[in-house]
Amino acid sequence: MTLLGNFALWVALLLGAWASITALTGRWQDRPAVASAIVRSTYGVWIALLVAMVALWKGLFAHDFNIEYVAAYTSRNLPDSYIFSALWAGQKGSLLFWAAVLATFGALAQFTASKRYQDLMPYVAGVTLGVTAFFVIVMLFGGANPFDRLPFTPPDGRGLNPQLQNPGMVIHPPMLYLGYIAITIPFAYAIAALMSRRLDTGWIHAIRRWSLVAWLFLAIGITLGMWWAYVELGWGGYWAWDPVENASLLPWLTLTAFVHSVMIQEKRGMLKKWNMGLVVATFLLSIFGTFITRSGVIASVHSFTQSNVGYFFLVFLVVVGVLSFTLLYTRWDHLESETQLESMASREAAFLFNNLALVGIAFSVLWGTVFPILSEAVRGTKITVGPPFFNRVNIPLGLLLLALTGIGPLIAWRKASAQNLLRQFTWPVATGLVGTVAALAVGIRDFYVLMALGLGAFVTGTVVQEFGRGVRARIRMHGEGMFSALIGLVGRNRRRYGGYIVHVAIVVYFVAFAGMAFKVTEEVTLKPGESTELRSPFGHTYTLTSLGVSQYEALNRIVSAATIEVTRDGKPLGRITSEKRQHVDSFGQKSFEPSTEVGIRSDLREDLYIVYAGSIGGTEESSFAFSINPLVWWVWFGGVLLVIGGLITMWPGGGITQAAPKRQSAQPGYAVSMAGTTAEE
Amino acid sequence: MDRRGFFLRAGALGATALVASPARAQDPGADRLRVPGAVQRRTSVTDAQNDETVKAIERRMKCTCGCNLDIFTCRTTDFTCGTSPELHKEVVALLEAGNTPDEVVAAFVAKYGEEVLMAPIPEGFNLTGYLLPGAALLVAGSILTTVLWRRHRMAQVAEPMEAGVGGAPPPVAGASADELARLEEALQEVER
Repeated sequence: MTLLGNFALWVALLLGAWASITALTGRWQDRPAVASAIVRSTYGVWIALLVAMVALWKGLFAHDFNIEYVAAYTSRNLPDSYIFSALWAGQKGSLLFWAAVLATFGALAQFTASKRYQDLMPYVAGVTLGVTAFFVIVMLFGGANPFDRLPFTPPDGRGLNPQLQNPGMVIHPPMLYLGYIAITIPFAYAIAALMSRRLDTGWIHAIRRWSLVAWLFLAIGITLGMWWAYVELGWGGYWAWDPVENASLLPWLTLTAFVHSVMIQEKRGMLKKWNMGLVVATFLLSIFGTFITRSGVIASVHSFTQSNVGYFFLVFLVVVGVLSFTLLYTRWDHLESETQLESMASREAAFLFNNLALVGIAFSVLWGTVFPILSEAVRGTKITVGPPFFNRVNIPLGLLLLALTGIGPLIAWRKASAQNLLRQFTWPVATGLVGTVAALAVGIRDFYVLMALGLGAFVTGTVVQEFGRGVRARIRMHGEGMFSALIGLVGRNRRRYGGYIVHVAIVVYFVAFAGMAFKVTEEVTLKPGESTELRSPFGHTYTLTSLGVSQYEALNRIVSAATIEVTRDGKPLGRITSEKRQHVDSFGQKSFEPSTEVGIRSDLREDLYIVYAGSIGGTEESSFAFSINPLVWWVWFGGVLLVIGGLITMWPGGGITQAAPKRQSAQPGYAVSMAGTTAEE
Repeated sequence: MDRRGFFLRAGALGATALVASPARAQDPGADRLRVPGAVQRRTSVTDAQNDETVKAIERRMKCTCGCNLDIFTCRTTDFTCGTSPELHKEVVALLEAGNTPDEVVAAFVAKYGEEVLMAPIPEGFNLTGYLLPGAALLVAGSILTTVLWRRHRMAQVAEPMEAGVGGAPPPVAGASADELARLEEALQEVER
């Protein structure tokens, strides 16, 4: 298998490098056979890397511990699902996974490309294959070959880190990788447009769906990462402003800015330079994230083992950055706007400020992430930039963004009149004020929480108003029922109404984040039968009674399970178990430090979060950390809503609804409805 | 095994069980765990561990074990860490010695360096860390507003010139002012 794997990597490298160099040097122009060969190379590289990936999976499932990667990340007693996910558990395997997925996306981009963009596609292939070849180079020459063999064959492997033995970790990294990797396709189109000087809005249309795919996968990956951190790491939170978490947020923020500003280019032919810059910056940030994760240059709980691989990425980042921005500079004059902004009170202006806020937050997160390095370089003093710093700097910016989320959709394109503004803003502003007053009335005094709730209500008011008007208009025009009108409305303009659903998801996130300001944590030691009480921010009293600890053996671990009986305000809620797991290899030897599995009881208001800290003196007298985490359920709900909104936005089709043609066929002639009357021509 | 041997062994086992059972029942360690090493913890929770002042101080400082978590989070999360419980004891000792929370933090900085803080002290070069993102956003926002305002003014000047003398809108046959307003609104709705 290693022979086949290495062979496949070499095929991918040679084919990819040839096609990339030929494409980017333009030696295919006026030579259709060469252009076709370049495009076909994407399929060749894709197959080669799929073969390499399958070869590694074969080694993993066959327990071929002579392969260093297999011995390092699996063991004989590892469940199959985690053997499957071990492919991306380590540095080397994840590089192969990345290259294979990128090759898949590259091939898919060629396969699905419209003929309108035929002259761009060799360039697109050149970029995707160039990036793919770079990843293969890192594997073959950066000491990261997943097919490296050991000089001996150990009887068993080391096994997978217990924290990675979680369903979230089976899907979270691939989702994040899919997001990071999909960014390469819009970047490839942007470079293709710059190189070919075809800088009309054509390339923008070509990448619309790819941008949304990348955005959506990044969002899913980030949310799943939050969920994994919450259920697995045991610290009772889901976001710690860790450098690797930040690295995933950065391209998502710039991509979010892009999916907004690209609408201005599509509708008004403006912001061409800005959009091009955003696509390039997003790609560079995705590589920056890879550099952070794999170099160990910034301390992070998520980092892979420190290695030289990071420096390959640093060089790649610098080279691609310089080349891309140089190319952009040489095409600067071709990127002039077709129209000018007409009014400050326009959606274009609102979107510009929205972009500014998003890029500002991205800059602030990037700045905080690299500030320890800068501080050490300038002052020679090591410092820590942790959650208190990021919260202080980013919460005001986040609230500004939340406000703009509501303001943008309320203002008309080109120019909004004072009357129009009054009509649009009255109801949402009133909703926002009601939300703030209601929060004050229930005793909330934290300024940021009040702002989050008030602005959340304002944005929700905006969205409800937009849906309400659209539904009413359809009922009036087509005589539909409310539900049919709602479906028809969303189906007619998926991008707009899908976007509004995403806005609601963002509100849900903000409100849920604000909830964590009221988190309660207590540490308690209990003997079996003893109880303690915990008061929640919603005024409930939880009684927690220890039922003792049971120990048993599972497939690859010895489990110590502490069970707590829970009542809320005297009503029994059931039992919650938190575990300590000592993982062992197939010979029964300890393979990792003991890990903790938290016990969680979740409802719409709050989570009861139980961590079994350990037992005193080897008895069943146990210490626990009990937390009440408000509104956490809403974080996951926000994630689901965001995915639904994202899927609606990117779903193919839309436009004319079924109802409209029926109406036209029933009433010949051109009908204009004004003030409830129909005038027929 | 013959019949005699079987009964002898069974008798011996039964006698052992009879002797051992009362002893186990009276043993204070009857609730001892079978594999205690997997869940071992040295001490019970103290009142200081739940003290809000202690928690607040610990959240401001990083555990020095290399985990990147603050002391409070580390000691309530990573129960294999031997460093955070010791740092917790230091915090409690300093508070019991009459220090204020800020003095406790200062004592930690003196002992472990500035790196022990979860956020840098907002002074000197560190101020750039706090202020630069906001300042950059403010400057960019001001520039954007200025540019947009100029373009807005230019568009306002150009509008009457395009519309004709006196800024009167070009006539539209058969449409009242009210209808035109509704048409404009409908067009804006379509454009959205």
